[in-house]
Amino acid sequence: MKSTRNAIVIRKITASKMESNWIRGLKKTWPLHMLIFPALVIAVVFHYVPIAGLVMAFQDYKPWLGFLKSEWVGFKHFHSLFMFEESVQVIWNTLIIAVLKIGFGTLVPILFALLLNEVRINGIKRGIQTLVYLPHFLSWVILGGILIDLLSVKGGLVNRMITAMFGIKPIFFLGDGDWFRFVVIFSDIWKEFGFGMIVYLAAITAVNPSLYEAAEVDGATRLQQTIHVTLPAMMPIIVVVATLQLGNVLNAGFDQIFNLYNPLVYSKGDVIDTFVYRSAMLKGDFSFATAVGLFKSVTSFILIIISYRLAYKYANYRIF
Amino acid sequence: MYHKTLAYRWFNVFNQLFLITVSLLCILPLLHVFAVSLSGKAAATANIVNLWPIDVTLESYLKTVNNPSFIRSLLFSLYRTILGTGIGMVVTVFAGYALSKKYTAFKSRNVYMWFFVFTMLFSGGLVPNYILITNLGLINTIWALVLPAALSVYNMILLMNFFRAIPVELEEAAVMDGAGIIRILFKIHLPMSMPALATITLFTLVFHWNSWFDGLIYMMDSNKYPLATFLQTIVVQQDFSKISIDPKDLENLSQRTVKSAQIFIGALPILLVYPFLQKFFIKGIVVGAVKE
Repeated sequence: MKSTRNAIVIRKITASKMESNWIRGLKKTWPLHMLIFPALVIAVVFHYVPIAGLVMAFQDYKPWLGFLKSEWVGFKHFHSLFMFEESVQVIWNTLIIAVLKIGFGTLVPILFALLLNEVRINGIKRGIQTLVYLPHFLSWVILGGILIDLLSVKGGLVNRMITAMFGIKPIFFLGDGDWFRFVVIFSDIWKEFGFGMIVYLAAITAVNPSLYEAAEVDGATRLQQTIHVTLPAMMPIIVVVATLQLGNVLNAGFDQIFNLYNPLVYSKGDVIDTFVYRSAMLKGDFSFATAVGLFKSVTSFILIIISYRLAYKYANYRIF
Repeated sequence: MYHKTLAYRWFNVFNQLFLITVSLLCILPLLHVFAVSLSGKAAATANIVNLWPIDVTLESYLKTVNNPSFIRSLLFSLYRTILGTGIGMVVTVFAGYALSKKYTAFKSRNVYMWFFVFTMLFSGGLVPNYILITNLGLINTIWALVLPAALSVYNMILLMNFFRAIPVELEEAAVMDGAGIIRILFKIHLPMSMPALATITLFTLVFHWNSWFDGLIYMMDSNKYPLATFLQTIVVQQDFSKISIDPKDLENLSQRTVKSAQIFIGALPILLVYPFLQKFFIKGIVVGAVKE
C-alpha cells in the first residue's frame, strides 16, 4: 500500500516525464509482457469476449440474426425467471443443496483433521490420508456411473446391505426427490472431505509444540488441549475457508447433479446450472438460459467480493 | 501425560478403528466396480458380487478393448490430454513467472493480475461460450477442448507463489552474470520449482482426462468424443443413440460387467498417476493457500 502511494506521489511530481518513464520501463520489461501475452490472448478471447455475449440476456436472440439484429426485450427474461414456478423452485433447490453442502462440507473436514491428528502411528496416519484424498481426483462421470450401480433398487450393493442388515424394503435413492438430495450432499462430502482436510492438517502441524506442553503442565486433558490450543490455531484458516465458501451458495455442483439425476427427481434436484443446460441445449431457449446464468453470475460475484472483504478483514487473507 | 490415561487409550483405539473404516469407505465403491468387472456375466446379473469377483473372467475387458468406439475415445482422450497439458503448461508457466516479479520491477503486474483474477470471479456462462466456440469455427475440433482451458488462473497463482519463494539474491547474481529474463526462468526458477511444476502438471493432466462436458457440447461427431464424454453418454445417460454401433455391440455395451470394466478403465490413468500426484500436491496446495 505504502509503496503504491509513494509511486503515485512520485508520478504526480514527474508528470511531464511520464511518457519517457513509461517507455524506459517498457525497454526493461518487454520480455515480461511477451511472456504474459499468450495468457492474455486466451483470457481476452475465451473469458472476456463471452462476457460481452451476455447482452443476449436482454434480447430475443436468434442465431440466424446474431447479436446486432436480434430484438431487444429488456428485462423480459429476468421477469420470467422470477415468475415461473419452475425456475423459482430451481433457485430454491440450488440454495438448499448448496447451503447444506457448504455447512457439512466445512464441518466434516475440520472434525476429521482433528481426529486424524490424534493418530500417532505414522504408517496408519499416512495410509488413511492416501485413501481419503483419492475420490477428489475421480470425475463425477466415473463416480456417477459407480453410484448409479451401487444405489440401484434392483440389487445394488447398498440396497442389498440395507435389506440384509435392517430387513427393510430397498430404497429408490435416485428416483425419490428427498433421497436424491441426501445422496447428492452425502456423496459430495464423501468425495471432497479428505482433500478439504489438507489445509487444516497443515494448520495443526504448524502449532508450536510448547503450547501443548504448557497446557499439559497446567493439567489440561487432551480434549481441553484440543479446544484451547488446536482449535484457536486453526481458526484463521477456518474463517478463510468458510467465508470464501459464501460465493458458492448458488453452486450446487453441475457435474455431480448432471451425472446423477433423471426426470423423476427434476422437481427437487434440478439446480440453476442444470436448468441452464436444459433450457439452452435441449429447448434452444438461448436468451432465457443466458439470463438465468447472468443472474447466477452477478449474485455469486457480489457474494465473492463480500466474502473476500470479510476474509481480508477478519483473517487478513489476500489472493495474491 | 494424557497418553497414559485409560480413557484416552480407549478413545485412541476407537478413533483409529473409526478413521480406518471411513477411509476404507473411500475406496470400497471402486473395489466393488472392479470386482463386478472381473466377474462372470451370470454372477453379476444375479447381483451376488460384493467386493470379491465371482467366476473370474477377463471377458468384459476383452469386449471393451475390442469395441472400436471405446478405443477411439481412449486414444482421442490421450491426444487431448497430452496436447492440452503441453499448451496449458507453457501458457501458465510463462504468465506465472512474469507475474512473480515484484511490483517495483514490473509496474504493470497488478493490472495484469486483476485482469486474470477477474476471470475466476465472473464468466459469460454456457450459452455465450458455446456461441463463441461456434463462431470461431472450433466446433468439432480438438482446439475447442484445449484452448479455452489453456490458462488456469488457479495454477498460475500457485506457481507464482512458488516462484516468489525463490531468494532474490539468486536472480541478482544471475543478472550480474549477464543472464536475461528468459534465461533466469529456465536456469533458476524452473529447476528450483520441480515439486510445484509436478503438482500443476498432474493437476492439468487430471483435468483434461476427466473433462467430459466440453466434449458433449462442442463435439457434434460422436467419433470425436473424449473417453469421459463417451462414458457419460453410454454408462451414465445410457443414451446409445449418439454412438453409431451395430445391434450386436449394443448388447455388449449395456452389460453390467462391461460397463464396470469401462468405468474402471476410465479411472485407471488417475489411479496410476495418483501415487506420484500424492507425493507432491500437499506442499503445492498448502503453499498456495496459506500465506503469512
